[in-house]
Amino acid sequence: MDIPYTVEVRRDTGLTNGKIGIWLFLASEVMLFGALFASYILIRTGAPSWPRGDTILNVPLATFNTIVLITSSVTMVMAWASLMRNRFGTFRIYMGATILLGCVFLVVKYFEYSHKFHDGLFPRTNNFLAIYFTLTGLHMLHVFGGMVVNAYFLGPGSKLWKTNPEWFTNRVEHSGLFWHFVDLVWIFLFPTLYLL
Amino acid sequence: MSQPAAVAVPHAHVEHESHDGPLGFWRTYVFSTDHKVIGIQYAITGLLFLLFGFSLMMLMRWQLAYPGAALPLLGGILGEGRMPGGTMLPEFYNELGAMHGTIMVFMGVVPLAVGGFGNFVLPLQIGAPDMAFPRLNMASYWFFFLGGVTMLASFFVPGGAAQSGWTSYTPLSVIAGTGQTVWLIGMVFLITSSLLGAVNFIVTTIQLRAKGLTFMRFPFFVWAQFVTAFLLLLAFPPLEAAATMQLMDRLAGTSFFLPSGLVVSGQVLTNAGGGNPILWQHLFWFLAHPEVYVLILPAMGIVAEIIANNTRKPLWGYRSMVWSLIFLGFMSFIVWAHHMFMTGMGTAMAAFFQTTTMIISIPSVVILTALVISLWGGSIRFNTPMLFAVGFLPMFGIGGLTGLPLGLNVADIPLHDTYYVIAHFHYVVAPGTIFALFAGIYYWYPKATGRKMNETLGKIHFAGSFVCMNVIFMPMFMLGLAGVSRRLFDGGATYAFAQPVLHLNVISSWGAWILALFQIPFIFNFFWSIRKGEKTDGNPWQATTIEWAAPSPPPHGNFLTPPEAFRGPYEYSVPGAAKDFVPQYEA
Repeated sequence: MDIPYTVEVRRDTGLTNGKIGIWLFLASEVMLFGALFASYILIRTGAPSWPRGDTILNVPLATFNTIVLITSSVTMVMAWASLMRNRFGTFRIYMGATILLGCVFLVVKYFEYSHKFHDGLFPRTNNFLAIYFTLTGLHMLHVFGGMVVNAYFLGPGSKLWKTNPEWFTNRVEHSGLFWHFVDLVWIFLFPTLYLL
Repeated sequence: MSQPAAVAVPHAHVEHESHDGPLGFWRTYVFSTDHKVIGIQYAITGLLFLLFGFSLMMLMRWQLAYPGAALPLLGGILGEGRMPGGTMLPEFYNELGAMHGTIMVFMGVVPLAVGGFGNFVLPLQIGAPDMAFPRLNMASYWFFFLGGVTMLASFFVPGGAAQSGWTSYTPLSVIAGTGQTVWLIGMVFLITSSLLGAVNFIVTTIQLRAKGLTFMRFPFFVWAQFVTAFLLLLAFPPLEAAATMQLMDRLAGTSFFLPSGLVVSGQVLTNAGGGNPILWQHLFWFLAHPEVYVLILPAMGIVAEIIANNTRKPLWGYRSMVWSLIFLGFMSFIVWAHHMFMTGMGTAMAAFFQTTTMIISIPSVVILTALVISLWGGSIRFNTPMLFAVGFLPMFGIGGLTGLPLGLNVADIPLHDTYYVIAHFHYVVAPGTIFALFAGIYYWYPKATGRKMNETLGKIHFAGSFVCMNVIFMPMFMLGLAGVSRRLFDGGATYAFAQPVLHLNVISSWGAWILALFQIPFIFNFFWSIRKGEKTDGNPWQATTIEWAAPSPPPHGNFLTPPEAFRGPYEYSVPGAAKDFVPQYEA
């Protein structure tokens, strides 16, 4: 049995099922991170003193990571654009680059984390570090999740390209939307935690 | 299965897997992607959890009616760690209380109302072949199942299950035993499940509705599920955030919810401090107030369907009901702090939240009034679904109206910690929502099985339940107005002022136990009718909505020919028509 509008758009809504689905999912993600940001504001405004992020955290490393994630968003778009222009080979290169940049982000984050632990700075040390580790940890899980999905489309999932290229292109687009969202969350996280 | 005719140009579906062949036992009944099977799985699991959660409460009612008395037989089975010599320990009472609430709300009513009825009925009512994402749908059920198993397992960890109430208020829940960690992990599974379900419901409703089925031709039930799905989608993530922070507090030693200098058992805690216990309440109620509407909206949807069908009249004020529903859904996000007047919030905040609370009661009253007026002048058929649906109206009315004093800061403060609150929301959820769910089971049972449930047993079930529900909950209003706290494990036996009303606890408890007896006809009827019930055709209730166009039970893919909607959902007793109903799906 086939579900209608997985590949073709429904004429009166102009959308496929997957496109609405991913946007709804992102809406719920906004609420998830929104609640954490709200908690951050509440705890910070209630605190008698609060450290400035750059006195504890490594701003140059985080700036580097910001550039890495933004670049990966660009390569993600290029991967999708390659599929739109029917160039599967170029898609593989850009998708590979996106995943690689995700890895770079996680490795840098690993060094940041282990440096903090080495200095005896743990989530339990104070509420600044608590919110830092919770927010960035949850964000890293999202980066990792996005990488897993992208790796699937680079590997076993790409078989769909041969049989139904349009559907495959849509799926990559949806995965890209999630990836951009993860990027966007970092763009909010970076100034909030490192600079303010 | 083909496209619903001519809305879009079909593509070549080379890659689509074919479900047409026989699938074998496991793929048909256990790991099924068919929305009807998943709906029935949800419904049966939900019913079992309702029974289990009810059993926990019946144990608590023993302790409340006869505090300190040894419970014969069962007390011995539960063991020395919980009921030494048959007498209930306070810790065990707290476990029962916390788990009763959690199970009833998150694993009983919501899975039955949304997972069960939503999955089974919604795609049929909009003329869809299945949900938009069948495999996500299956994942949603199995996440729910995993969450349920996790919650049940928490009874067996050292120290027992969660003891901090279904609300898990901090800082108590942060310093509580291991059961609380398991509770949080279970909640994460349940939240994931409802998130997947919510996305699926919204996409299905928007995309897969039949040709001609515009939004204002939706049956009211579809609207109710649609709005509910938005509440689940947007309200649950903040609880997920809160659960993450509470897990961090418990496992990583952070202090999100622990204030500085907290003293526990005479010892100052060594954590960093600086946290805010009220933050948990905000995040929790930001979910849990919309959750109240998740509990009630599907029930209103079911009742609306059944009332229209059995009064043989169109719903009175369908459009205003729909707009009320949408307004209700929106407002439910900005009333949450009326659960928190006791935290001593400032008068400006309290004024805001009591104003929004009074405003949100208006659309509820509009819907309930429209349902009552729908009865006017109808030639009502009093079959079992209709009895439960009509029973819902005054019960929900009592629950709703007694909520008004709780929405006002000044009246809430003396009432908040008393049995009045228990009585109020149980009137909404127990004889309210659960009656509607029973109505729905009796009403759509023929669609799922091709047979009707027995009417006589159904009427015994209704009459007994209706009386018992009131015997249980009406005395609680009196206990509450007398000032008896709802958090005492002896039901107030140690307080002098409570002595004149303590006998009400006994009445309430006997009501609960007799209520259990009146569920036996239902359980028997439910299984007996699968094979022995009266056989029916596709449309046994002479109903107008699209689900009755499908065969009973519908095959995988639902409809033999793609249905089309030609008119509104409730064209009953149309003047000049040949029959007293004109189905939506007939040209």
